Amino acid sequence: MPILSKDDAQTILKKVLSFSTADECEVSLNGQIGGNVRSARNTISTAGAVDNVSLAVESRFGKRSGLATCNEFDDATLRRCVQRAEEIAKLAPESPEYMPLLGPQQYLDGSKSFAASTAAIDPDYRARQMGASTALCDQKKVSSAGFLVDSAGFVAKRNSKGLEAYQQFTNVEFSVTVRTPDGTGSGYAAADYTDASKFDAARLTRVAAEKASSSMKARAIEPGKYTVILEPNALVSNVDTSLMVALMGALDARNADEGRSFLSKKGGGNRKGEKMFDERVTIYSDPLNAEIPDLTFSGDGRPQKRVTWIEKGVVKNLYSSRYWAQKAGIPDLPRPGGWIMEGGTQSTADLIKGTAKGILVTRLWYIRPVDPQTLLYTGLTRDGTFYIENGQIKFPVKNFRFNESPIIMLNNLEAIGKPVRLGGNLIPPLKIRDFTFTSLSDAV
Amino acid sequence: MKRRDFVGLTGLATGALFLPSLPGFGHTAVDPARLLEPGADVIVKKRLADAALNAAKTAGASYADVRIGRSLNQYVFAREKQVQNIVSTESYGVGIRVLVAGCWGFASTSVVTEASLAATARAAVEIAKANRLLMKEPVQLAAQQGYGEVSWKTPLQQSAFEVPIKQKVDLLLAANAAALDAGANYINSALFQVNEQKYFASTDGSYIDQDIHRLWPTFNATAVDTKSGKFRSREALSAPVGLGFEYLTPNAAEQVRGPQGTDTVGYKLRYDMLADAALAGKQARAKLTMKSVTPGKYDLVLDPGHLGLTIHESVGHPTELDRVLGYEANYAGTSFATLEWKAKNLPYGSKEVNIVADKLQPGSVGNVGYDDEGVKTREWDIIKEGKLVNYQKIRDQAHIVGQKESDGCAYAQSWEDVQFQRMPNISLRPGKAKMSVDDMVKGVDKGIYIAGAGSFSIDQQRFNFQFGGQLFFAIEKGKITEPLEDVAYQSNTQEFWGACAGSCDQSDYRLFGTFFDGKGQPAQVSSVSHGSATTRFNGVNVINTARKV
Repeated sequence: MPILSKDDAQTILKKVLSFSTADECEVSLNGQIGGNVRSARNTISTAGAVDNVSLAVESRFGKRSGLATCNEFDDATLRRCVQRAEEIAKLAPESPEYMPLLGPQQYLDGSKSFAASTAAIDPDYRARQMGASTALCDQKKVSSAGFLVDSAGFVAKRNSKGLEAYQQFTNVEFSVTVRTPDGTGSGYAAADYTDASKFDAARLTRVAAEKASSSMKARAIEPGKYTVILEPNALVSNVDTSLMVALMGALDARNADEGRSFLSKKGGGNRKGEKMFDERVTIYSDPLNAEIPDLTFSGDGRPQKRVTWIEKGVVKNLYSSRYWAQKAGIPDLPRPGGWIMEGGTQSTADLIKGTAKGILVTRLWYIRPVDPQTLLYTGLTRDGTFYIENGQIKFPVKNFRFNESPIIMLNNLEAIGKPVRLGGNLIPPLKIRDFTFTSLSDAV
Repeated sequence: MKRRDFVGLTGLATGALFLPSLPGFGHTAVDPARLLEPGADVIVKKRLADAALNAAKTAGASYADVRIGRSLNQYVFAREKQVQNIVSTESYGVGIRVLVAGCWGFASTSVVTEASLAATARAAVEIAKANRLLMKEPVQLAAQQGYGEVSWKTPLQQSAFEVPIKQKVDLLLAANAAALDAGANYINSALFQVNEQKYFASTDGSYIDQDIHRLWPTFNATAVDTKSGKFRSREALSAPVGLGFEYLTPNAAEQVRGPQGTDTVGYKLRYDMLADAALAGKQARAKLTMKSVTPGKYDLVLDPGHLGLTIHESVGHPTELDRVLGYEANYAGTSFATLEWKAKNLPYGSKEVNIVADKLQPGSVGNVGYDDEGVKTREWDIIKEGKLVNYQKIRDQAHIVGQKESDGCAYAQSWEDVQFQRMPNISLRPGKAKMSVDDMVKGVDKGIYIAGAGSFSIDQQRFNFQFGGQLFFAIEKGKITEPLEDVAYQSNTQEFWGACAGSCDQSDYRLFGTFFDGKGQPAQVSSVSHGSATTRFNGVNVINTARKV
C-alpha cells in the first residue's frame, strides 16, 4: 500500500471513529514502505522488503482502556477492530494513572522529515549502492560486511476529543565494517539521512577501508586514564546502547523524583536547575532542525517543540508522562525524538592536531550499564583505535575496555568539534581528559 | 517497539542480551480469548504447503521449504500496586524459502490462501534468480531425509493462556506486595507468555507440526535511601522456560539453597515468585549498606543463574559458525575461535570444561522437536575436556567443517523472517564427583560467591569480557563472611575457562535463559537456555565499580 496522504488517512480515521461507542476513542494509522540489503564477505547475503499500513484503535470506558490493531481497511474489518478494542477495554482493570485524551493541539509546521529521493528507493538502488561498496572492497582486497535499510512512512492520529495529527517521514541508514585479509585490521563507518540524495555507500566504505588498513598490527599500550577523542560513532550508535543516548535516556522526571536516578537529590526531589556538566555542554531538541527533521508530535499526541534539556552544563528540563507531569506539577514535556548537542567548528582532524598525547576512538561497542546510580557504563573500543602524539596519529593500538560515566565524561571536556548527524541526532566529536580504560582486548 | 522503550515500560534492565526490538508488539492486538482458539487444521496446512512447494518447483527451485506460522503472545506488566499493561497479540502468515541454482530466495505473506502461497513461492524464486547475479559461493545444502507427517509439542502441564488473566495479575500484584513489604520502594514485574504454532514442509518430504510454549516471569525491585540519595535493585532469580504455567507452582524439591550464610535460593523447573520477591525486597534494602569490594584477584564461585550469561557470551556466540566465517562482522562481530584457531588444537579452557549444545533439554527455552529447516534436534559436544571440538551449524554450513548433516539449529523469529543459524542451548556439564555448593565454598581461601545475572559486556571477537551480578558474598577461609557490592569481574575467554577448577554435581544443575538474544540484520531475537551447576574459577580479576559524580 502506498503512503497515504493526509486527506486519505484522516478519511479512514474519521470513519473508524464513527464506529466507536466508547467514552473516548483514539485511532492511529502507521504506514511504512522500505527495504534492506545485507552483505558479508563482499557479496549480498540477504535482502528484504517492508510494506505495511496498520491501524491502532484505543477505546476507553471510564478509566479502562483497550487496544486493537488491524491492517485491512474494509468497513467490516474496521468495525471489528473497534469492537475488539471496546471488548478488551471492558475487560481491562482501571488505570490509576488514567489521563483523559488530549483535545485539539497546535503542532509546529515546516518539519522537512520526508524526502522524495528516499521514498523512491527500490531494490535496484539498494543493489547499486551495496554493489559499489562491495566492488570497492574487492578492488582493495579487503573483506566487507554491510547493511543498508531505508523506509518511507507516515503517522496519522485522530481522537474523539478533536485531536488531529499527520506527518510523513523518510530515513536511510547504512553501516559497513571492513576487515583486512590477515585479520589484524578493522574499520567502520555509519551514517543516516532523511534525504537519500546525500547518501554515498562507496564514500563511507572508503572511510571504513582506510580505517581498516591503518589499524593493522595494533600495538598494546597500558590501560589507564587517557585523553581521548571520541568520534561521533563512539558517542551514538544505531545498533547498540551508547553513552550519549544513555545520558539523554536518563532525563526522566519520574525516576528522578522517585529517587532512582543520577538526577535524584539527597533528601528528596530532583537536580533540575543544577549545573552537572561542563559549561560548554548544551543539548536541545528541535523537530524543525534541517539536519534531523523530526515528528512534531509524540506518540501520545503531545506537541514536540524546541526544548533545551541541558544549557551551559545546567539541567534545564526533564521529560515525563502526562500523568507524572500533572502529579508533580511540572512542564508537560514528552521525550524528544532526536537531539542536538551544540559544538564548534573543528573537525576530528582539527581535534587531533591540537592533542599532545591521546587516543583516537572510532567506535565504542557492547556498552552496558554497570551502575545506574552514577550512570556508569562499560564497553569497548572497536574498529580503529589510534595513539596520538604531538598532533599526529602515530600508530594503531589494541582495543580497550572502558568503565566510564557520561556525567564524568562531560565534566572532563577538553574540546568540542563540529556536530554531525548520527542515529537521528546531531553529535560532535568530543575530546575528553581522564577517560578510564580498565583493561586490554585482543579483539580486532 | 525498541528495546529502550521495552526497558522504559517495564523497568527491567535485563532479559535482552542484544536486543534491538521486541517482537510481538508489532503483531495484531487481540482479545485474550483469541489465544485459546485453535489454528488451522494440519490437513489444511498440508494442502497450503503443497501449493507453495509445487509452485516453487515448477518455477525452477531445486529445493523449497514453507513455514506456516502462528505466533501468540501475552505480556502482563505491573508496577507496585497497579497493573500497567496487558497485551495479547497474534501474528499469522507464511514464509517460503527456495534454492535456485545454488542461491537462496525468500518471500513471505500474511495472506494464507493456496493462490497467495503459490504467488509468494514464485516471488521467492524470482528473488533467488536476481540474487544469483551477485552470488560468489553457491549454497551447498546438507542432505536431509524427509520425516513424513510428524508433530511435536512442548511437554507442559498447563498452557499459560488457559490461566485467567486475573490469576496472573493477582500473582504479579502479590509478588509486588511481598517485595514492598520486605523493604523495596518500587517494583516492576512482568509475565511473558509465548506460543509458536509452526508448520514446516519441504521438498524433502517433511510435514512437521509443532506447538511450542515458553514462559518468563520476572521483576526488578528497587530500594531507595532518600537521606543518602542511594538506590539499589535486585532482579528476579527466575529463568525463561519452555514450560507452561506449572513453572509458577512452588515446589521445594525444585529449589536449591545457596551456600550457608548467603540466604539465596536458586530454582530449577519450578519457581516461587512470591518468596523470591520477598527476598528481593529484603536484599535490595540490604544492598544500601553493604561493604564495597576491595579490587583484586579472587576465586569466584558462580551460581548457575549467573554463570549462564557468561557461558552465553563467551562460549555460545563465539562457536556460531556463521559468526566465525564473518557473516555477522558488521553487527556483533566475528570470533576468535576461527577454523584456523581450532586446527591448532589450543585449549579453550581447563580439562574441567565440557560444553554441550542441544535443543532437547526439557524445560529449556531452546527445546523443540525440529528446527526451522526440518532437521530433528539433537545434542552434540562443543568443548570436550577444554578443547573446542565442534561449532553450531545449519544445513548450508555443514560441509564447511566436513559434516554430512546439520546440527538442527536453524530458527526464524517469525514466519516473515528468513531462518538462519541461531544458538541452541549451550550448557556446561556438571561435575561427575559428588560436590555441593557448601563443599565448594569450603575449599576457597579468598573468594566471592556471585548469584544472578547483572551487567554484561564482551568484545566483538569474544576475548575480553566484564560481568556483574545480583548478589555478591565474600568467602574467607572456606566460609561466607559478608555481602559485598560494587563487584564486577574482568577476564578474557580462554584465561577464564582455563581457570575453571570444577563444578558441583548434577543435583545443583539449573538453567539460565533469555527470551531476547539478538543477531542478524535486520535483527531477529531467539530464546536460549544455558545449564550449569555452581562452578569455581580461580584467580579472576575483580574490579570495584563505585564512582562519585
